[in-house]
Amino acid sequence: MQLYDMPDARGHFGQYGGTFVAETLVEALEELRVMYEKYRYDPVFLAEYAYDLKHFVGRPSPIYHAKRLSDKVGGAQIYLKREDLNHTGAHKINNTIGQALLAKRMGKPRVIAETGAGQHGVATATIAARLGLECVVYMGSEDVKRQAPNVFRMKLLGATVVPVESGSKTLKDALNEAMRDWVTNVHNTFYIIGTVAGPHPYPMMVRDFQAVIGVESKQQMMEMIGRQPDAVVACVGGGSNAMGIFYPYIDVPNVRLIGVEAAGLGLETGKHAAPLTSNSAVGVLHGNRTYLMQDADGNIIETHSVSAGLDYPGVGPEHAWLKDINRAEYVAVTDDEAMAAFHNLCRTEGIIPALETSHGLAYAEKLAKTLNKDQVILVNLSGRGDKDINTVAKLANISL
Amino acid sequence: MSRIKTVFATLKQQGKTALIPYITAGDPHPKFTVSLMHTLVEHGADMIELGVPFSDPMADGPVIQRASERALSHKVGLTAVLEMVRTFRQTDQLTPIILMGYANPIEAVGPVVFADNAKAADVDGVITVDYPPEECGSFVNELRARDIDPVFLLSPTTDAKRVELIVNQASGFVYYVSLKGVTGAVNLDIVEVAGRVASIREQTNLPVGVGFGIRDAATAKATAAIADAVVVGSRMVLAIEGSNESNLLSNVANLMTELKTAVDAA
Repeated sequence: MQLYDMPDARGHFGQYGGTFVAETLVEALEELRVMYEKYRYDPVFLAEYAYDLKHFVGRPSPIYHAKRLSDKVGGAQIYLKREDLNHTGAHKINNTIGQALLAKRMGKPRVIAETGAGQHGVATATIAARLGLECVVYMGSEDVKRQAPNVFRMKLLGATVVPVESGSKTLKDALNEAMRDWVTNVHNTFYIIGTVAGPHPYPMMVRDFQAVIGVESKQQMMEMIGRQPDAVVACVGGGSNAMGIFYPYIDVPNVRLIGVEAAGLGLETGKHAAPLTSNSAVGVLHGNRTYLMQDADGNIIETHSVSAGLDYPGVGPEHAWLKDINRAEYVAVTDDEAMAAFHNLCRTEGIIPALETSHGLAYAEKLAKTLNKDQVILVNLSGRGDKDINTVAKLANISL
Repeated sequence: MSRIKTVFATLKQQGKTALIPYITAGDPHPKFTVSLMHTLVEHGADMIELGVPFSDPMADGPVIQRASERALSHKVGLTAVLEMVRTFRQTDQLTPIILMGYANPIEAVGPVVFADNAKAADVDGVITVDYPPEECGSFVNELRARDIDPVFLLSPTTDAKRVELIVNQASGFVYYVSLKGVTGAVNLDIVEVAGRVASIREQTNLPVGVGFGIRDAATAKATAAIADAVVVGSRMVLAIEGSNESNLLSNVANLMTELKTAVDAA
């Protein structure tokens, strides 16, 4: 059997990925590529990373059998990989620790990040505080409004939050602005990208740091049920939590990998954030080639999702590749479906999930109904929903 | 011989440096773009860099970003930009037009269709900011097959090995970005730029244009003394941004006259 071995040396996943950047960024990315290659298998670096995952983050995160939810839905057993229990409340910290440790080794005293829902910004601000690094987080001004608690958390942690007013004022614009900062301050600045997008080596590096989710899951499922799940389900915006849990399963036969995108108000309305499911055209944005929501002139169109973390017009290039080779399936659920799943998990299991994560849960419920009681679906419960209570309250016309 | 080569050859004989203003097509409104282009030429532009608006101009600073947003608010995309070039060519067959933009509008139609359309509109050169030579595949060949010059950027961090790679792909001229950072940034270090331009010249016979950070007559003059072409972008766009419908062309004309005088005095 030929083992999965992606990307190639230049960061290509088939036609996807790559390094589509201005000449001004080429050297910085080359420096990062070389340093990451140097440390990715370095025992001392990995030991330091593992120490922080255990003692600072609280890993391994448990897997929880959601029995009441499974019974209520009827059908397959739903298990949850509890990334919401990590320090800072989401999977994002797995990656920021890895990159921040790399920044330290590269002698960069300043880190920057883009953030949508604010989880990656909080995770970056957290590790920056822990390591004594200056931290600047770029966030679309729309997202600053809808994720106010996370903005305040970042400030408490000593980070500077810069609201981005350009373009659609969301995640993609925050990424543009962080890139501009990086190209200007590259001598002292490390750019901590939060998802499996961006130019090489980011999609690979972020995947590698998030793969701890899947690595643990394989061991934990074996301990709990003596086998691997029939399906692994995760929400996909840029796609880092999904790549993290999918990657160690790619070579495991008979495990379906299902990425759930945001269908927003419905794929047919055009107001969504589902480039894979809607079969958007392939293009180049943020340094890589991937499926992109765009108009006929190649301009990126505005996306819509109730969850800021999924509100992104592109998707990590490895997901584009996994779709094309049919190793992963991609589906989309609407805002309303995600909200229903959100409330369902709150009431039946006592867990408040992030709105992003609720998309994965919504699809898991649909899928479970079509499967037998002895089949198993593992959902990556990528984050907790405390940050979303204002959004949820607003949707219900409740003022907090 | 391509228009770009002709212009550089003529200027070299005269001992002059080319002045290349940049404007974003469709800024402030598509109805002005062709008139602006003619105004630029009448007041000393040797070539024109015409920006193709893009929704996510990552390598540009706030000034050119705002120009892109103004143009996009009038739905100016690549097709409309090529139409403007076609209209311009009805009365000007001499001034080279270099499109500057990002990869995705080209990806949207594919490199072959793009090159065909650019040729049909009589475009002379193309700068694609996020198409480094390693990634742009057949694009360079498609352009060259149609006598369109692929123009590449070189930066202060481009080492000699990459300069070699890039100049082997480029034709027309190479564009040295004199600053780290985005367009419109400050602090042009002319001595450092002079050193870099000299070392680029050791590796290629292509003319070397210098841009990023040229904001007034003094920096234009200093740059003209060491480069084959001076590119003025953000400063030009600022003049457009600060104008109204009645003084737009005269403001741009005045800035051009000032810059042309400075460049010719170098």
